[in-house]
Amino acid sequence: MPNDRDRTDDSIRFILNDSEVTLSNVAPTATLLDYLRLERRLTGTKEGCAEGDCGACTVLVGRLAGDKLVYESVNACIRFVGSLNATHVVTVEHLAARDGTLHPVQQAMVDFHGSQCGFCTPGFVMSLYGLWLSNDDPSRADIEKALQGNLCRCTGYEPIVKAAEAAANARPSANFDPITAARDETIARLKALRPERTITIRHGEHCLIVPADTAGLATALAAHEGATVVAGSTDVGLWVTKQMRPINPVIFINGIAELQNITESEAGLTIGAGVSYSTAFAALSSAYPAFGRLIDRIGGEQVRNMGTIGGNIANGSPIGDSPPPLIVLGATVTLRSTEGVRTLPLEDFFIAYGKQDRKVGEFVESIFAPRLPTDELFAAYKLSKRRDEDISALLGAFRISLDGDRVKGARIAFGGMAGTPKRAASVEAALIGKPWTEETVRAAQAAFEADYQPLSDWRATSTYRLLAAKNLLLRFFLESAGETAQLRRFEGVV
Amino acid sequence: MDKSTFEERKAINGQMHSRQRHDSAHKHVAGTADYIDDMPEPAGTLHGALGMTDRAHAEITAMDLSAVIAAPGVICVLTPRDMPHSNDISPSHLHDEPVLADGIVQFHGQPAFAVIAETRDIARRAARLAKISYRDLPHFTDITDAVAHGGELVTQPLTLQRGDAEAELEKAPRRLKGRMRIGGQEHFYLEGHIALAIPGEDDEVTVWSSTQHPSEIQHMVSHVLGVPSNAVTVNVRRMGGGFGGKETQGNQFAALAAVAAKKLNRAVKFRPDRDEDMTATGKRHDFLVDYDVGFDDDGRIHAVHANYAARCGYSSDLSGPVTDRALFHADSSYFYPHVKLTSQPLKTNTVSNTAYRGFGGPQGMVGGERMIEEIAYALGKDPLEIRKLNFYGEKGSGRDITPYHQHVEDNIIARVVAELEADADYQARRKAIIDFNRTSRVIRKGIALTPVKFGISFTLTAFNQAGALVHIYQDGSIHLNHGGTEMGQGLYVKVAQVIADSFQVDLDRVRITATTTGKVPNTSATAASSGTDLNGMAAFDAARQIKERLVAFACERWQTTAENVSFVPDHVKIGEELVPFPEFIKLAYMARVQLSAAGFYKTPKIHWDRATGRGTPFYYFAYGASVSEVSIDTLTGEYMVDRVDVLHDVGHSLNPAIDLGQIEGGFVQGMGWLTTEELWWDDKGRLRTHAPSTYKIPLASDRPKIFNVRLAEWAENAEKTIGRSKAVGEPPFMLPISVLEALSMAVASVADYRECPRLDAPATPERVLMAVERLRQTR
Repeated sequence: MPNDRDRTDDSIRFILNDSEVTLSNVAPTATLLDYLRLERRLTGTKEGCAEGDCGACTVLVGRLAGDKLVYESVNACIRFVGSLNATHVVTVEHLAARDGTLHPVQQAMVDFHGSQCGFCTPGFVMSLYGLWLSNDDPSRADIEKALQGNLCRCTGYEPIVKAAEAAANARPSANFDPITAARDETIARLKALRPERTITIRHGEHCLIVPADTAGLATALAAHEGATVVAGSTDVGLWVTKQMRPINPVIFINGIAELQNITESEAGLTIGAGVSYSTAFAALSSAYPAFGRLIDRIGGEQVRNMGTIGGNIANGSPIGDSPPPLIVLGATVTLRSTEGVRTLPLEDFFIAYGKQDRKVGEFVESIFAPRLPTDELFAAYKLSKRRDEDISALLGAFRISLDGDRVKGARIAFGGMAGTPKRAASVEAALIGKPWTEETVRAAQAAFEADYQPLSDWRATSTYRLLAAKNLLLRFFLESAGETAQLRRFEGVV
Repeated sequence: MDKSTFEERKAINGQMHSRQRHDSAHKHVAGTADYIDDMPEPAGTLHGALGMTDRAHAEITAMDLSAVIAAPGVICVLTPRDMPHSNDISPSHLHDEPVLADGIVQFHGQPAFAVIAETRDIARRAARLAKISYRDLPHFTDITDAVAHGGELVTQPLTLQRGDAEAELEKAPRRLKGRMRIGGQEHFYLEGHIALAIPGEDDEVTVWSSTQHPSEIQHMVSHVLGVPSNAVTVNVRRMGGGFGGKETQGNQFAALAAVAAKKLNRAVKFRPDRDEDMTATGKRHDFLVDYDVGFDDDGRIHAVHANYAARCGYSSDLSGPVTDRALFHADSSYFYPHVKLTSQPLKTNTVSNTAYRGFGGPQGMVGGERMIEEIAYALGKDPLEIRKLNFYGEKGSGRDITPYHQHVEDNIIARVVAELEADADYQARRKAIIDFNRTSRVIRKGIALTPVKFGISFTLTAFNQAGALVHIYQDGSIHLNHGGTEMGQGLYVKVAQVIADSFQVDLDRVRITATTTGKVPNTSATAASSGTDLNGMAAFDAARQIKERLVAFACERWQTTAENVSFVPDHVKIGEELVPFPEFIKLAYMARVQLSAAGFYKTPKIHWDRATGRGTPFYYFAYGASVSEVSIDTLTGEYMVDRVDVLHDVGHSLNPAIDLGQIEGGFVQGMGWLTTEELWWDDKGRLRTHAPSTYKIPLASDRPKIFNVRLAEWAENAEKTIGRSKAVGEPPFMLPISVLEALSMAVASVADYRECPRLDAPATPERVLMAVERLRQTR
């Protein structure tokens, strides 16, 4: 296929189950789910919510990470077709053998009565399949984590969890599993699909751009001032499916390898803006264990596989989960444009509700988080109506350094308490220089009222937000003193 | 001919009372089970979208749809005037529910027009281009607001009365009054509403609808179109969940699709987006219960007086029978010597609330259990002790009569509770929890054991009937059809087991076919847990008729008598001769035996006089009990369900695997209702929890960490139901009341259990924390 490379700059190419797809006429807002169901009549993948929260549309997307081929569960309802270049999309129709023999994860779901109405089932099968591929001895905690993004209204989940356990080590033969059997071949096919130049698809007034690298991204942003930059589309997806907002032109950056890097140094961690929560998990949880536990509760597995920390910052939501801990860690954000690069403290990036310090033509390139000195205390606590896959009512991040028994430094930041992720300056002041005791903490709690005047909404009342924020400071203290002050569903896991 | 050369098989695969998979399990996991949106669309299919309003209560002063109509790809718009015969789809026949709002908007989001376009995307986008002008009217979304502003009702309230509650409350040694708020619930079926209408000749139309009630869809479509019922055929093979949300709420989509299909002579599909579905279709009723209970120092109840006020929404829908059923279950499992219960079905400017698993019963029971809790905390006793003291007595004990004057004749609650109390080691665990709470500063635990007694039958007696249609083809394959619908509950496989068992053939010889008004007419909704009781018996009756003809044929052909003919696994045995079933059927066909029958069933014994509040509305009761243990964080109100033990009565189970799934699933769904599922309206009357991002149903990680569920294997229905089984759809939904009460106990620990926390539902982390704070302050 000598001419393949030449053709890639005006079409999106990917593998769907067994066959290669080339799309030269694709709208920037076209979702993978609609493509599968309407264009390909692959109707096993269902629409349950069209906002990435129910998992009925779960498919696997395989992508090259370096030379490795990684398969991740994603929500097809908010995944744009334009973001699929050089990937392998696997739907539920791909699992069973040609003779109809079910895949072990499917058979286990049948054997354990894991389906009732069956509508959520293909999505569960795909999430379980993703787990099966990556883990042959999952704990209950692993299974629950893999299923955080899948809602079932009928079964109560017990039979599905049992099916996951039973399927885990059911591996009849090497060639049984379609993904495993074709792995080497798929790697070669995907490598051939990697773009070398920016892909641009124009169709009427629509414009869809897939830069091959950051230089291409900077150029594209300079050329299209109003362009929407889309990485994981876990938020922008809803602008399209729910608000039907125009987002044209669109620049998809999820395939840019340079933005996918995590660099660890003595000084700290540099996380590329395109790194997903799932990918960042290992590095962040080893550097800051409390941060890792928090990431486990951001969205569901599918959202963590798609959503990026860069996106969480760039869109400036007051209830984004990663900014408060990053702010207390003293993180900086690096922005790039064709004009150059600049770096600023993350907390200065958030100016006001809906307003960030990002100039026209700039994009978030990376985030740097300094290492935490080993003698400092750090925690991040998320409160939500439902424990997992819920948007925070409030989220508090705490960091204290001590000089003997006195508080030397204090950095506290909250999400959900103001129009931006915001430091609790008064609380910090009330702690600094005081002995690190419950008395000090109790006295400092009142200062939250000076720092925050939270809203009441469907997630919580302002009364609860303020009271819980005060109590989280107490939790932080009690935990530092060795007391059990939060619930753990599994030992060693929050 | 086969002369006993086969070894006789001991059993068929798929007999009654055996564990069988859901009939579509294989298709579910393979992605090949077709829901309506998965079916190939007829050529030229058009797509509809609702045009929604954004006022809670307003007069529409002008509606400019020119931009909608002008949008490329839009074929037409429908307004109330486009309904050929009637704009009314009121299931209560009170004419209070328009297909499209006509001049007046009664809830935020109520559809006022519909768009039909070439694609769904075009229709949805165009629907937002309307310019509607309003004159706002005062709106009330909440129960207390509605009461404060006149308390208009959507339907007739009910009073259940026995003895003299007022006088006995005065005389009782102790008396407590309180109020409990119980939230509503979104069904969150994973497959949203959908209807596909395909026009036929003359006035005919075929509608595929995701509905629990095809006959009502048929009636509503025929009413809106102004055509007789025989012109409308409604089909449904399966739903992606129903839970009551598809009993009446599919009418609007089916009617609009049918009107458009007939108008344009093209197939038309309506599939609302999740947010539109959650905004425009009804939910479980919220209740505000005011209770007044008199009791003695032992905890024995003397009298109860309670009012159940419900947020019904703007129209009656099913609110009458829902609020009735709340009263029918306000006694939970307890004998009230003197009682007066009243319902207050309030009109509010919210979407019209509707059926949801339990149909008001759960709210009734939660109120009843709150009274038990109040008594226990007032007396410093374990609520379980109060429960046992007040359980209905045995027949003839003088303590077996309900507030609606039905005698409880099949009472097994004491046995169920005693067995569970021992199995779950309740007493020792409660003691250990109280010890734990003494020393644990932040984390507190709670445990509770609550009972379930749920009345089975539609309270409108006429609905307790069903039909089935069974054909046997010449090759011995069997075609089964009945009036029940499959929404995941396993009805189809259970009824197929009845047929397989009747003819003693393997289950895979029985073809289960889509429910359609064309095969079995005048069906009732698949609701009230009645699906298997009614349709199983109707199918059994159809099989009986065919078997009688087959036996008569065998007697004639083999010159024998009926007692020598039997259906044995995969064969018919005549004397000593074993004839394979297909061969026997072929012979019967050749002998011109009718191999098809329509079966029918109506539930015996029941009657109900609503005017006097007396009767026997229920054929029998289903029982169960659960123990829940929880932990709460007293700093944040977060909680976890650590362990649940359930013992549940399904009579002699037709399919223990399916029944277990109903119990586990019902438990978790009920737990969601009482914990994290919160409906929240803003001050404009707009529902802001209208998608899974804002409305939180349980996840796998919310289910009880230890979850032991057992069927009461010794149980058998005292009444002659199919195989002596019992209904299972709704009763388990009320088992997790023990979760709410365990949370309450954990809260109560902060004030040394001296005060009832009065924890309302849903017990969100916020409500738990606020209850903790309240108790800490009164300590």
